[in-house]
Amino acid sequence: MKIMKTCLTALISSLMIFSPMAYADKWSDQFPHIKATGDIPGDCSYEKMSKKNYKGKTLKINTHAIPVMGEPTALHAEQFEKLTGAKVEVTHTPAGDLYSKAMVPFQAGQAPYDVVFGFSNFINDWKRYLAPVPKKYMNSPEMKDVTKSHMGVSSWDGTMYQYPVDGDRHYLKYRKDVIDNPEMQKKYKADTGNELRVPRTWKEYAQMAKYFNDWDWDGDGEKEYGSAEVMKKDDLMFAAFFSRSVAYAKNPRTPGGFFFDLETMKPNINNPGFVEALTDWVEATKYVPPGGTNFGLGDEIGSFGGGQTLFSFSWDDAFIAAMQDDSPIKNKVGAAPLPGADRVWNRVSNSWENQYNQAPYIVWGWAVGVAKKSKVKDMAFDYLCFFSNGANHQADLAIGRFGVNPFKNSDFDPNIYINSMGWDPEIANSYTQTLLDMEKSNNRVFPLRVPGVFEFTSAVATGTSKALAGQLSPQEALDEVAKEWEAIVSRVGKKAVQDAYAVGVKMEDNKL
Amino acid sequence: MNFKHKYFFLFPGLFVLIGILIFPIIFVVRLSLSGWNSYNPGLDYIGLENYIRLFTDDPRFWESFFRLSFLSVTTVILQYVIGFALAHMVWKDIKFKRFFRVLFLVPMMTTPVIMTVIWRTFFHESLGPVNDLLSVFGVAPKWLTDPVIAKFTVIIVEVWQWTPFMFLLLLAGLLSLPKEPFLAAAIDGASPVRKFIYVTFPLMAPISIGAIIIRLIEASKIMDTVYVLTSGGPGTSTETSSFYIFIKGLREFQMGYAASMSFTYLIIMIISLTIIAKVLTKVLLKE
Repeated sequence: MKIMKTCLTALISSLMIFSPMAYADKWSDQFPHIKATGDIPGDCSYEKMSKKNYKGKTLKINTHAIPVMGEPTALHAEQFEKLTGAKVEVTHTPAGDLYSKAMVPFQAGQAPYDVVFGFSNFINDWKRYLAPVPKKYMNSPEMKDVTKSHMGVSSWDGTMYQYPVDGDRHYLKYRKDVIDNPEMQKKYKADTGNELRVPRTWKEYAQMAKYFNDWDWDGDGEKEYGSAEVMKKDDLMFAAFFSRSVAYAKNPRTPGGFFFDLETMKPNINNPGFVEALTDWVEATKYVPPGGTNFGLGDEIGSFGGGQTLFSFSWDDAFIAAMQDDSPIKNKVGAAPLPGADRVWNRVSNSWENQYNQAPYIVWGWAVGVAKKSKVKDMAFDYLCFFSNGANHQADLAIGRFGVNPFKNSDFDPNIYINSMGWDPEIANSYTQTLLDMEKSNNRVFPLRVPGVFEFTSAVATGTSKALAGQLSPQEALDEVAKEWEAIVSRVGKKAVQDAYAVGVKMEDNKL
Repeated sequence: MNFKHKYFFLFPGLFVLIGILIFPIIFVVRLSLSGWNSYNPGLDYIGLENYIRLFTDDPRFWESFFRLSFLSVTTVILQYVIGFALAHMVWKDIKFKRFFRVLFLVPMMTTPVIMTVIWRTFFHESLGPVNDLLSVFGVAPKWLTDPVIAKFTVIIVEVWQWTPFMFLLLLAGLLSLPKEPFLAAAIDGASPVRKFIYVTFPLMAPISIGAIIIRLIEASKIMDTVYVLTSGGPGTSTETSSFYIFIKGLREFQMGYAASMSFTYLIIMIISLTIIAKVLTKVLLKE
């Protein structure tokens, strides 16, 4: 009897442990994309979706160009077609046009697309045209797994309008084989008198980047450079600038607004904290690769991911690209929080506080919604739920060019990266810990999400690019941006911007 | 006999004219008098507010306009000179004349956006082949990141893409010239240079004016090259009027304001191109 009991326990345990693999046998043959995990049980798993019948129905999707987000959209559309019998039409649009491609028909009262991809900071302008995510999905175990930050990013005042498919934040990526190399540390110390370590401040970052600029430090016969950054005008550069600004301008002791003073709606963008960050950034033009001041996100991913630079910071993609099997620097990179600063601006006392400050930037990222006027809303939400189901999500995370990054609590388990992606355990741990620490931080900055957000960010891109090109000094450039921001607030209406901004400030001040 | 029904035959043409020409212009004018933007969609009426903002508080529009003037005039002059030279070359009886005539047209037949992506790859300062080759001579121009050089990079791409159009028009012009003046010049013993200055060039003047004006109209809309190559950067150093209007209208969604810029731009272009055409006619057709 005892033997039988032991055998039975062993059998049940084996079934529990290997149940995903049982699904894997069934579904990963048809869909090799999920071969690492097989189907993972859930509300929108392959198994569940195969029981839906959408034959004769058409789902129209507008998404980004291939590969970033465009490729997984198309891939999951094809899988969804096979499973449900639906017809899915996918349109690919350049990043800069995603907003207007949806907004023009929205404003004209039409819905040429059932599902529209964009960025999470579009939410304020788009929310009136999007259907809220139904309760059925809100209560699903997959949704319960989404982090608090990303529930906040996808929602507006408690209502979720954007279905979470991606989680974004900016953090530091560095060449571990250089920074942790004792010989390099010795050489750096001898030449500069400083320690070679993961930079704690942007000043340290600049010193190291300059030192490791324009020489072949990895012995591959080609020159390497200090840093790869998104500096190309209008190509998401404003987000890179905010990443550099948070250390100097997000002071945990002065709640009430990072971008504006919430009470007066006076822009903070030209205060000494932001000016210091822009001054650093202008200096950075000296340690980027040739042509680096024209690097867009794709260039940055290719440059750091291809082993051309010591540092990079922005979205996950460059790190994931560096850790892919075909990368020359797989398991030679590390992740760390964005550098901080040895002083932070206090906008209330109008003075610098000489103490270390670091602030995570939970940057906007890919977001997707279902048009309120869509006639196939159920199918559209099912598609989105399927897109981010357990198996697809884990498989997507492993492919850098897909642009799908962690946004679920379960994503912070290093074993995912060690077992299915072959990451070095130390790197996987530092990666997940870095992301997790950002979630836990009390000094986070969230993206600006106010009406006419594009006008604000476009003004930042123009101003900062003028400073990078040497057309204006950092102070002049940011004064110009502040003037433009004041004009935009006045055009849009102070109250409208203030009300919307207050929602973001609540999140930053940890009150939501 | 009542011929009033003949007016019915005008309707299709009139309908097309109103639908594709008059209506869009009237709509743009109406849009320019509204504050249509992302948070306030709709044709409200705000009077001349957008125009006042444009003329009193937007130096960037005027900077982009003067930049555009420089780019378009420079590219068209270069296209004219190179196009004329190529057309003149294949107008003569040379070997492989037909091959060259087709070859010279190839750039125009390619898709501008795709070709600009390829040019951007060529000019990429760390990965592109151009600087790779130039490194042999120890130089590495900042094709896309230097505010001055970036303008010339845009000019290079534009000239490469659109010189064939100029070549085509000028070759057609050369082929239609009468032979008698050339025979007379030959009998008088005129050298090839004198023949070109005193016979070919004056005879080609009317066609040249037409070709230059057509290209100026097209060049004044430079957009795709700037969009792909530099996004108007570094800073605002390659930002042209059409690109700036695109940013305001379709990036920032300030539809009303973008419409006022478009309409102002249209008026300026009509006036300036009319003046240019008059001046060219006076200078080139003085005799």
